[in-house]
Amino acid sequence: MTDVNDVPKVERPPGVPMSQWPSAYEYVLPTGAPGTVTLTIDGREVKAQTGDLLIKVAQDHGTYIPRFCYHERMKPVGMCRMCLVEVEGMRGMQISCATVVADGMVVHTQSDAARQAQDGVLELLLINHPLDCPVCDRGGECPLQDTTLAFGPGESRFVEEKRHWEKPIPISELVLLDRERCIQCGRCTRFADEIAGDALIAFGSRGAHTEVITFPGDPFTSYFSGNTVQICPVGALTATPYRFRARPWDLSAVETSCTTCSVHCRGALESSSNRLVRLLGVDSEPVNHGWLCDKGRFGYEVVHSEDRVRHPMVRKNGELVECSWPEALDVAAEGLKRALELNGPKSVALLGGARGTNEDAYVWARFAKGVVGTDNVDAQLGDGIPAEVALGLPEATIADLDRAAAIVVVGLDLKEEVPVLYLRVKRAAEELGVPLIELAPRDQGLTRYASTSIRSLPGEQGETARRLADALGGARGTDAGADAAAALLEGRAGDIVVVLGRGDLAESAASTVRAATELARLPQARFIVALRRGNVRGAMDLGLAPGFLPGRVTLDAGREWFGHAWGSVPATVGLDAEGILRAAEQGRIHALMLLGTDPHDDCPDHALAEGALNAAGFTIAIDAFVTDSTKRADVFLPVTMWGEKAGSVTNLEGRVQRVGQKVSPDGTAMPDWRIAAELALRLGVDFDLEQPEEVQDEIARVAPAYTGIDSTLLRRARDGAVAPVADHRDELVLGPVSIPLTDARWEPIRPGLDAVELEDAKTANDEADALRADRLTSVAQSAGAPPAPALHRFTGGVTDTAPPARDAYALRLVTGRTLYDGGITVAASDSLSELVADPVLLISPQDRDRIGVEDGAEVRVTSARGSLTLAVRADAAIGTGTAYLPFNLPGSGVSDLVDLSTAVTDLRVESLS
Amino acid sequence: MAVTETRIVTNRLREFTEDSWTIDRYLATGGYDMLRQALTMQPVQIQDEQVKASGLRGRGGAGFGTGQKWSFLPKGIYPRYLAVNGDEGEPSTFKDHMLIERDPHQIIEGVVISAFAIEAHIAFIYVRGEFALGIERLEQAVADAYAKGFIGKNILGSGFDLEVVVHRGAGAYIAGDETGLLSSLEGERAMPRIKPPFPAVQGLYAKPTVVNNVETMSTVPHILRMGGEEYAKLGVGRSTGTRIFSVSGHVARPGNYEVELGITFRQLIDELAGGVRGGKQMKFFIPGGASAPWLMPEHLDAPLDMDYVGSELKTMLGSGAIMVFDEDTNPALIAWRLLKFFAHESCGKCTPCREGSMWLEKVLFRISHGLGRPQDLDMMLSFGSTIVPGLNAPFSQTTICAMGPSTMSAVVSLDRFFREEILEMCNAGAARPTIPVTSA
Repeated sequence: MTDVNDVPKVERPPGVPMSQWPSAYEYVLPTGAPGTVTLTIDGREVKAQTGDLLIKVAQDHGTYIPRFCYHERMKPVGMCRMCLVEVEGMRGMQISCATVVADGMVVHTQSDAARQAQDGVLELLLINHPLDCPVCDRGGECPLQDTTLAFGPGESRFVEEKRHWEKPIPISELVLLDRERCIQCGRCTRFADEIAGDALIAFGSRGAHTEVITFPGDPFTSYFSGNTVQICPVGALTATPYRFRARPWDLSAVETSCTTCSVHCRGALESSSNRLVRLLGVDSEPVNHGWLCDKGRFGYEVVHSEDRVRHPMVRKNGELVECSWPEALDVAAEGLKRALELNGPKSVALLGGARGTNEDAYVWARFAKGVVGTDNVDAQLGDGIPAEVALGLPEATIADLDRAAAIVVVGLDLKEEVPVLYLRVKRAAEELGVPLIELAPRDQGLTRYASTSIRSLPGEQGETARRLADALGGARGTDAGADAAAALLEGRAGDIVVVLGRGDLAESAASTVRAATELARLPQARFIVALRRGNVRGAMDLGLAPGFLPGRVTLDAGREWFGHAWGSVPATVGLDAEGILRAAEQGRIHALMLLGTDPHDDCPDHALAEGALNAAGFTIAIDAFVTDSTKRADVFLPVTMWGEKAGSVTNLEGRVQRVGQKVSPDGTAMPDWRIAAELALRLGVDFDLEQPEEVQDEIARVAPAYTGIDSTLLRRARDGAVAPVADHRDELVLGPVSIPLTDARWEPIRPGLDAVELEDAKTANDEADALRADRLTSVAQSAGAPPAPALHRFTGGVTDTAPPARDAYALRLVTGRTLYDGGITVAASDSLSELVADPVLLISPQDRDRIGVEDGAEVRVTSARGSLTLAVRADAAIGTGTAYLPFNLPGSGVSDLVDLSTAVTDLRVESLS
Repeated sequence: MAVTETRIVTNRLREFTEDSWTIDRYLATGGYDMLRQALTMQPVQIQDEQVKASGLRGRGGAGFGTGQKWSFLPKGIYPRYLAVNGDEGEPSTFKDHMLIERDPHQIIEGVVISAFAIEAHIAFIYVRGEFALGIERLEQAVADAYAKGFIGKNILGSGFDLEVVVHRGAGAYIAGDETGLLSSLEGERAMPRIKPPFPAVQGLYAKPTVVNNVETMSTVPHILRMGGEEYAKLGVGRSTGTRIFSVSGHVARPGNYEVELGITFRQLIDELAGGVRGGKQMKFFIPGGASAPWLMPEHLDAPLDMDYVGSELKTMLGSGAIMVFDEDTNPALIAWRLLKFFAHESCGKCTPCREGSMWLEKVLFRISHGLGRPQDLDMMLSFGSTIVPGLNAPFSQTTICAMGPSTMSAVVSLDRFFREEILEMCNAGAARPTIPVTSA
């Protein structure tokens, strides 16, 4: 593991003012395109782009101008006045955060006047600041401290009484506000308003009594509230999970990717005494712009949950009891062997794998398909999009959103499922003016930013998408909503980026597939398949999907290639999750491996999952927790979690990035992939894999879409690499292997790998070429290798069935994911588990009045499958004729209502009063 | 030679004190005739031949050329907005208050003519929330003007449409700043915005916007009546026409006086306002509202000329409010009271103003209450130069709006004219064993 401490420190020459010290930023900030404007900063001539801000240009060229309110990802506001500089020919002092560079501009950041202004502003900022640094969480990494040391006057002349506030006050369940420490920079309020779109905090009062406030009865319940804590330049905002847990100088960090959802935001994971204590956002231009959602930021608590399984267990006398690893592995291998001998590979199935790394997925895929010989493998649970669609659509990257002709969001509520992708789409629509077309069964997070929203009842999504695709393709006049959407594209060139997901788990996946098929007819359509589960994309990419082998090739196309690489592959295409569960229910699955998955809670069809788990034969759980599913296992093999293992993951745009190991697990848990390798050994195949890097190199050699993405490239590619790398070579930014996470954590943290200097960009591309060429050669040169298989492409052709007519008394069920759900990440994190809402059935006000119930009343909800009693509330966001119930909320029981084999789920709602 | 008022803008309200604000009185005294005339002209004619030619400078405080301001609107970008600043909050200023209460139709006529000239179709009149009677009368006037067809669709058959919205302020001084007013109109907290972009380019709702003062608007119909060039003959130098001065403090006859620019402070204070009351001597006066640096009796013969007062006397005519203080006044107490206002009204956006005004207020409290330390005055000047670098007039600033430097006017004046007196007070205070820790 490369650690932050390995990095050579920046040389800080004595006797030179701190502002002139060579800054870490010089190493990590890309210098951008060649400059067109020449200006002089402190006697040095520099080049910049027209329209650039002076503060940024100076920083890019090694002159750090002190600042508090300025943040690269937000609009300048000019509040703190810390960045005052002298510009020749301009009257008075200029704030460099709002001064646009001009040709011939002569700037002094260290003249007497500038220094006097810096001294003065700092003295003023400190007169009301409590200077309680010894008890402040920010102490030691505080921009106000650092800036005061570097630029301040050293002593205060203020002898009056300071301003007093009650400290601290909670502004949400997660965030506390200490108004005495606040320096009114407005970073938090601007973030909440501009970036998150949750303007729940604002300034109140005036003068020196200006304070950050929430509105009465309306706490700061933003999904993105943790970002305000990170960007606060003082200790005014603290988050409960980190508060008083550590001092900054005791922390060490590793750069990683958050795998809470499939966006994979860059982060710096910090620990103290082998305990994870904090995850900070790292600014990755192509992915997260430095932001994290609160679930991702605080979800690390799950790693240290008391309920973790620390040692392997086997079932003895009906009870799971702890045992040694050799015993557990032997029992597991024996169980598999017995099933294989008695019933053949088709009686063995593997569910899950979306929670692990790419290495986990690959080795398990190789184990299941190459050793066991079964293709009954699925990382999804009937709640996703079939791999043949998800892996075969023409792809768009997240950054493509910014330059799209239009964005079409189909189905899912991005804010709930993939929050930081929501921020990116919101930004593209709001700031960059990209038309946003929303196709969804109800009003949701993005609706307020949508240029046009097209509503469709569950089951009708495919048909709605057809009309939209027709209109976008030029055939107007059949649907006014679709025509309005098509009109938005007039005069706009470029791709249509479709963000495709499952907005309604009560509706058959066929509906989403049909929508994809329709939209894929458009030649300019490219897709981001937004499935939420952490590494579901990596799992599918690396073969944990029926009919697929690692590297996005189908079983048939890759048969020869993988036959050569692995020795053998399954003879026929296997079952998907729904098929596996049905087969299990009918007693045809004699060995079931549950790879970090919980069908009992996560499968939309609870009755099916329950039946399957009860009827399945020998069950092996590879998991970190005993869940409703894994408690039935015959062998329990505990695994390491995120933060406890190194590796790589692939996000929803196909970007492969590294995850880092920061702590070692309590107990004897092993990485998933190692368990697969151990089992393979017991089944007679030695994978000869010892380190995750070796797995990465094997993936790069044999998985066609991952060609070239080996451990060296992964270590050096600053923003990871989008697979297949040949198509995304221009986006590769390579650097030497080092991770200098900057001290100034409140700044947008820059990814650790040294960015290539501008002049070196070409070299970087050459290097990428060379890297790729190297790997390709090595594959081609291996003796007797067959030609590499072509990547799978989705050609459409899947049709959905028209949904049955809805009778006038029924409501059609919509069930979607919420951010804080019943999943283990939330349930086992102390801070997050408090945030889970009570399940309430939402219906339209019209339907509420028709049924004749009051808000909050109990109702009986009945589907063909089952029945529930729940509270009901009217919500104008819900369309008439539909009912919304969040999926997988403790107590919602929605999966009792859903039958995976039907196209839609209709409900009867009866008043109980 | 005794001076008299030159009543142009205040003529009607002085003459018809019973009903000057009604539509009937307004129409009976030639009201809206200039609007009829304006609607027959080309907008650019009004801008160039009338308003620009008149040399009219904004009456709100900064004294920027009105015609010039209008000409900054970028060509071809619509909609444009006209925002009228009636948030008169400068302590001791009470001229707009009078105009809104006593002659609202004159403002409306000016607004419609100006909106026509700048091709705006929505005008907002932002009135200070405390002006209860003024708002009542202005709203009535707007309703009457709608009813008579002076505002609304197709005004007087000209094809020109204008909606006028009266917006009631919520009581922040800073809403009187041009961009603070726009933020407030948009429903945000009244906080000034960074310039550029200037309001003429990106103002209200990010559209080109002109912000003019109530008195400026009230003057526009008279410029059309007199003709721009004729109006420009009034006044002195680049300070053309008349202005309303609010004279207050220790004078015999405080009140609003509309005079031709160019007469002297002495004529205004002694002849029109009756001089210092009770036969006392003048100690000092503030020439342009609470924000202006002070002047001494020896400056009384200077002309009321915006340029002269700025360049020669290092202060400003500002909002046209003159505060007179007699020989018994403690200047430190006046400075403290002014700073108490600024410390309370700072919007909190820029650090120097937010923290500086609070610090100044606390120090001035001590000095004015006999608890000063010998170093206090120089200390204020020292940290005050973070707000006003160099402390030289005209004040430069480190803040977004002009309120920052306003907080230093009183302190700079104390140093300029009363340094010995203050130091004497402070030396007395230094003998005290402790200093209090709070002033509230």
